[in-house]
Amino acid sequence: MAESVSLDGTAKLAMERETRMAIAVWRWAGTAALIAVAVVLPFTLSNYHVFELTQVMIYAIAVLGLNILTGYNGQISLGHGGFFAAGAYTAAILMHRYGVPYWATLAPAALVCFGLGVLFGLPALRFEGPYLALVTLAMAVAMPQLLKYFDNWTGGKQGLVLVKPMPPPELGIDRDRWLYLFVLVVLLVAIRVAANLLNGRTGRAFVAIRDHPIAAAAMGINTARYKTLAFGTSTLFTGVAGALAAIVIGFVAPESFTLFLSLSFLIGSAVGGIATIGGAIVGGFFIEFVPNFANDISDAAPWAIYGLTMLLFMYVMPRGVVGTLGPWLAHAMQQFRSARRAAK
Amino acid sequence: MKAKQMIVAGLCMAGLMLAGNAVYAAGQYGPGVTDTEITIGNTNPYSGPASSYGINGKVHAAYFAMINEKGGINGRKINYITRDDSYSPPKTVELVRQMVEQDKVFLLFGTLGTPSNMAIHGYLNENKVPQLFVATGADQWNDPKHFPWTMMWLPSYGIESHIYANYILKNLPNAKIAVLYQNDDYGKDYLNGLRAGLGDKAAKMIVATQSYETTDPTVDQQVVALQGSGADVLLTAAIPKFAAQTVRKVYDIGWKPTHFLNSVGNSVGTVMKPAGLEKGVGIISAAHVKDPTDPQWQNTPEYKEWLAFMNSHGLSGSITDVQAAIGYSYAQTLVEVLKMCGDNLTRENVMKQAASLHDLKLPMLLPGITLNTSANDFDPIKQMQLQKFDGTTWQLFGEVMSGSGT
Repeated sequence: MAESVSLDGTAKLAMERETRMAIAVWRWAGTAALIAVAVVLPFTLSNYHVFELTQVMIYAIAVLGLNILTGYNGQISLGHGGFFAAGAYTAAILMHRYGVPYWATLAPAALVCFGLGVLFGLPALRFEGPYLALVTLAMAVAMPQLLKYFDNWTGGKQGLVLVKPMPPPELGIDRDRWLYLFVLVVLLVAIRVAANLLNGRTGRAFVAIRDHPIAAAAMGINTARYKTLAFGTSTLFTGVAGALAAIVIGFVAPESFTLFLSLSFLIGSAVGGIATIGGAIVGGFFIEFVPNFANDISDAAPWAIYGLTMLLFMYVMPRGVVGTLGPWLAHAMQQFRSARRAAK
Repeated sequence: MKAKQMIVAGLCMAGLMLAGNAVYAAGQYGPGVTDTEITIGNTNPYSGPASSYGINGKVHAAYFAMINEKGGINGRKINYITRDDSYSPPKTVELVRQMVEQDKVFLLFGTLGTPSNMAIHGYLNENKVPQLFVATGADQWNDPKHFPWTMMWLPSYGIESHIYANYILKNLPNAKIAVLYQNDDYGKDYLNGLRAGLGDKAAKMIVATQSYETTDPTVDQQVVALQGSGADVLLTAAIPKFAAQTVRKVYDIGWKPTHFLNSVGNSVGTVMKPAGLEKGVGIISAAHVKDPTDPQWQNTPEYKEWLAFMNSHGLSGSITDVQAAIGYSYAQTLVEVLKMCGDNLTRENVMKQAASLHDLKLPMLLPGITLNTSANDFDPIKQMQLQKFDGTTWQLFGEVMSGSGT
């Protein structure tokens, strides 16, 4: 302790810089290790588990989209299943009717869903909280019927069967692992883009509007523009997830996109931590595994088990898994570091 | 004492080993089959919008439990895994992959719903897993050339329509036919089945067709247009809501054609009552299963056996549901196919046996209706019996008739 007191200003600065660099290195190493694990993982698992994890990542991207809107910008959406469907059908129609290769459908799906989100965000500007939730609910309940209405394009209630993508033969891996890696790349890009957006100027504007719209406006933030942008970005992510879902499942039908899907996204978002990026991945795991887990425990009342699990999560970790554990972990790390510094 | 026990145990072991050898010599097993067990997979909508159909899966489970209580099939018990897909196709894909790859089921049986089966159709055929007796009626499921691992069970829409055509040719040879159909694959199956049944007379006899979209508010215009064509026979291929509208409108405008109403929309509760019972008198439809609420069956031993089964397996709440009679018949068909396989329980053989059904009678099917399949025909039920509405209920009439679909 005596040493640190005797440090002069320059030394202190140098040390802070060193700590910051150390954190950056650790972060970088941790991220690299996580990515390495994610890349190697499918080669140690059965095809079915690989498929499950692919689904987890798709849901994670969708939840990430919702987190941008609900967590960072404070707008509740019960309609993201509808945007997920829009993305899925954009990809499916392009593949089915126009023979577009699967990987080339992501950008159009993103564009369509961004456009839809912005259009939807405009009237949504007039609504807040529960009222906005109702407006977006309209999207979720209308979507399956709209899909049946435009049956020349969507195949109506029969849906569209898609040709399953083939992995490049030179890689020598099967389809499930190839799709896993494909989705993993999209997920990593999505996380990177979301982090850039949210940790910068735009993200701060989103949060300011969420916390105090009037103060945000007084600071010169164009609230209407940013709220619309938040909507569009959010639906863009969810739409891309929808396109991936269509590609991986190889089939779309209106029944695939019921209201419950929208609710699942919101549940996944809340369980993971709404204003976090990592929470989206936890949310993806929750959406994929908890219903199956509930079914394994009880054939008679799986949804009661599902509800109970959800309650348990929210009771133990009210800010979501990442929202609760994240700060706790950061705090512990800081304590550990200052203890170590003191020991020196 | 101990020595004696050991000798007995030793003898038993020797006996078992000999018996075991015999079984091994004869038995050829695919995935999910052992000397003592056959694992079967199924998805049903136990929750969600189509959960009323979930009774099918419950009846299967109860029926297999009963078979197991009686010693199983050739000494093997059925391990029936059924999971809730909530009628959501992505969920079906996930659950079916889980059952095939993790639980190692021998085959998929009675998976319910057109979209759900569409979603797993390619996967199962690619991996050569039998998709036996899908619970959906579209004609496309009967396609052994392209999908040799998928077999249907219900008489297809096309077959039903073909049967109406046969009746018309025989009894109303000079008919001028109008058709109202839903503008999708289901509706077109009926239209095509009728055309196939009428053969080269189709072009002359069908004087008008009108279609509707499920999003249309009413079909009044279509009905009026069809009347204007001068037709004296009407075939309606419509789901309950539009079927009820049609029955009412035809009556209200004073049109009196011989009206054939598809079995998809002939429920007394959801079609005939809302339309007005008196307005439906004389309408003709078709059936293949004994309706449990029809008093004429309730004194037959077949019905009593079914009723006893339902009551003793906690299903007494569903004894008026025709779906429970259908689920029962499905399960009996599978048991029959597995019996036919003997000890050769490979996936290839189960498809071969399923494609070799010959005049199989089932207790809850209408008398005279039997199941027949061949290597080129994967739709077991091709017969139905016509029935006429008398203002309160459907009355069967005439002989059991058959059709060949589209």
